[in-house]
Amino acid sequence: MNRLDQLEAQSIYILREAFNRIDKIAMLWSLGKDSNVMVWLTRKAFFGHIPYPLMHLDTGLEFPETYAFRDRYVKEWGVKLIGDPCPPLDTIDDTLPPASRVAARKTAGLKEAIEKYQFDGIFAGIRRDEQSMRAKERVFSPRNAEGTWDFRDQPPEFWDQYKTDYPAGTHIRIHPLLQWTELDIWRYIQREEIPLVPLYFAKNGERFRSLGEIGITFPIKSNAATIEDIIAELEVTRTEERAGRAMDHESEDAFERLRADGYM
Amino acid sequence: MADSVVKLTTPPQATQHVPGMKDLLRIVIVGHVDHGKSTLVGRLVYETDSLPEGKFEQIKAMSDRRGMPFEWAFLMDAMQAERDQGITIDTAQIWLKTKGRDTVIIDAPGHKEFLKNMVTGASQADAALLVIDADEGVKEQSRRHGYLLHLLGVRQVAVVVNKMDLVKYDAARFQEVEREIRTYLGSIGVTPAHVIPVSARDGDCIKEGSAKMPWYKGPSVVQTLSLFNPIASLSDLPLRFPVQDVYKFDERRIIAGRIECGRLSVGDTLIFSPSNKSAKIKSIESWSSKPGHHNPLTAVAGQSVGITLDEQIFVERGDIVSHLQHAPVETDVFRARIFWLGREPLKKGGAYKMKLGTMEAPIRIQEIERIIDTGDLRALSSDEVERNQVAEIVIRSRRMLALDAFNDSPRTGRFVIVDKFDIAGGGIISMEGYADQRELITQRSTNITRVEHAIPPEERWRRNGHKGGVMWMTGLSGAGKSTIAVKLEQRLFEKGYHVYILDGDNVRHGLNANLGFSPEDRAENIRRVGEVAALFARSGMIVITSFISPYRSDRDRARAAASDVFHEVYVAAELATCESRDPKGLYKKARAGQIADFTGISAPYEAPEEPEVVVDTAAASADECVDALVEYVERTFRI
Repeated sequence: MNRLDQLEAQSIYILREAFNRIDKIAMLWSLGKDSNVMVWLTRKAFFGHIPYPLMHLDTGLEFPETYAFRDRYVKEWGVKLIGDPCPPLDTIDDTLPPASRVAARKTAGLKEAIEKYQFDGIFAGIRRDEQSMRAKERVFSPRNAEGTWDFRDQPPEFWDQYKTDYPAGTHIRIHPLLQWTELDIWRYIQREEIPLVPLYFAKNGERFRSLGEIGITFPIKSNAATIEDIIAELEVTRTEERAGRAMDHESEDAFERLRADGYM
Repeated sequence: MADSVVKLTTPPQATQHVPGMKDLLRIVIVGHVDHGKSTLVGRLVYETDSLPEGKFEQIKAMSDRRGMPFEWAFLMDAMQAERDQGITIDTAQIWLKTKGRDTVIIDAPGHKEFLKNMVTGASQADAALLVIDADEGVKEQSRRHGYLLHLLGVRQVAVVVNKMDLVKYDAARFQEVEREIRTYLGSIGVTPAHVIPVSARDGDCIKEGSAKMPWYKGPSVVQTLSLFNPIASLSDLPLRFPVQDVYKFDERRIIAGRIECGRLSVGDTLIFSPSNKSAKIKSIESWSSKPGHHNPLTAVAGQSVGITLDEQIFVERGDIVSHLQHAPVETDVFRARIFWLGREPLKKGGAYKMKLGTMEAPIRIQEIERIIDTGDLRALSSDEVERNQVAEIVIRSRRMLALDAFNDSPRTGRFVIVDKFDIAGGGIISMEGYADQRELITQRSTNITRVEHAIPPEERWRRNGHKGGVMWMTGLSGAGKSTIAVKLEQRLFEKGYHVYILDGDNVRHGLNANLGFSPEDRAENIRRVGEVAALFARSGMIVITSFISPYRSDRDRARAAASDVFHEVYVAAELATCESRDPKGLYKKARAGQIADFTGISAPYEAPEEPEVVVDTAAASADECVDALVEYVERTFRI
């Protein structure tokens, strides 16, 4: 087994473990590259089926290409979509820096959806190599009744034994891609021919390396128009993947605050 | 130097399927708090040129804001609280771009309070660097981390003696620390690949040798990392495929799971433990979007697969699938060496849940045999295992479990203990002194039908004048079982009872002459006696058995064979009393090491939990004990 085979097998194990151990579960589908890999792994894990709903936390601020992608693959893959709109900006904590405040709408939308549909588990496609707070995450990461992350006191996790016992009113975030790197994701997309929103591929010398909402996500300068180009670019880059995500860089602890409050 | 090392370890299959894709090695950095683990990580990232753009400036700004000199630890210490207190709370990971392959560095906290996070980090690693402060030397967590690495199964270890600048790069001080840690690790069976003197802050001996320590001729840290290998595949071990789930999304009934070790192929005959059902693999299912895709015919360790069977037998999550040969152990009791991370201590007699692979079972802590002080490896005795302690315990389950001794099959030889909602400990299994009960519960005969007796039991009782039943004496060697049994038989016989003794040594002359003294043979010995005793009882007789029968599982099976006419008699006497009597001279031989696995000395005696009768031969004479038993029989076996 090569590295991609190992990562794939590990992620499938996690997906199946959560599907079996957790009562009501949904998968976050941001429509970005990582969550598409997660959906793809779901189809592998369950032999072509997607046995839980995919949840798109819709701020209304996605790029048009992103919405077009969603509508197409909901049909093609037989997705059961939950796409409730996120609460408006004026309901969000106004002490947060501006971009974080926009991002926090997703957290609020997620909390609403968990409440409304009574989910016990949520799959999220975060990776340890993206960001140093995410590097400290668990595969099965408990959230308390308020949806917050107690990152100072996380459960032990070893030998592929995960936290699957939890009191009522709390939920578990499950992170099947935690161990993947950005390059792993792209190599897997290449190997499996996984469809993507076209914004990842360079047009007029620019492309999105990390895809978020209009206004708080910015493209990088790049001529990488194919997956092969992107892999070649990533192999030599010195820039962080989320450099184009404004909310990560507003203050030293901006992202820590967002995540503690339940952001993905 | 560096080049030749790299060449040596370039993994041969790294580029097999995907061009340019490298293998991955996971390294954990462990050691006592403040010995410079996070600093070492920061320096490794810097020296291997793996630092993202702007990160250096970011760390500098964070250091300046706190009025500190440049702090490498801030690279990994992502939490504000970690940076403000200068302490790593939780484990984190960072990817290094090293020649030939990629390396993930896992930073683990050294503070005692965060041992659960250290375990979380270390359990994911292929290899470990144990960091020790040259000035402070080997400390409490240096030893505990070393011990836990071994328990977690991390076998590739190197020691980094850090802060050599604080001891003025003194070779003698380095050798002192090296000697101490080598001695300790050696005593727990760990041989470090190298012990390297470094100054992480200044980069000495991180990438290359250091001019400040010309006396050190060994490899640098980066060179040592390149000597480590990713954990080898377990596909050459016997098959272990724990059932994770059974899917029926469409017309297929797919049994899903990950192959933990070994391999399986279409057509293989499988056995499901502990249910002991058997079936053949019809297909290995898989999904692909690509046209012309075929299902595989074989799958190996590490793969998450799904299989269909030729027969629709009942299969459930937690079953362990193997081939007929080399099936896992089946038992309801086992030994374990555990580490405990729970907020509440682990208590003797306490009820918990265990998770092994995909299996979950309620368990009880039967015995805490010893607490191991990871500092000096002394054994302590206690009825509780405190947080962060290591202990050897005996665990009992109400139902039969399928598992392995860790040394035979590591993936199914380890488990975690759940206390309420939390994983609170982990352990590795030893079956030393305990039998594999698979043979005892396996029925090999097929096409058999029971014949109904024409004579009801009550008729037999009426003719004999009493009920039939089993008086099962259990106790240590020398407790007085045989003496009492012989006297009891005589007294009952004189009173007109139909009574007979089955004695340990006697049945080994005939019925059980083909059995030795291995745990499995001992268990089979008791199984046969239990079955024979049950037949005697059903024939209307009173049978007195006189066997040490030290294991609860075996006595429970004998009880089940005779059902409601089984009477457990605990012939109680302190070990010291029995040893002083030593009627057959066996204790002396056992103490001299001439008898292996001798109950009470080198093998366990599990006292009955709820015996029908207890006679204490230390407190009462043999005749008094017999009086009590005669009274019991007259009362209980009356029609």
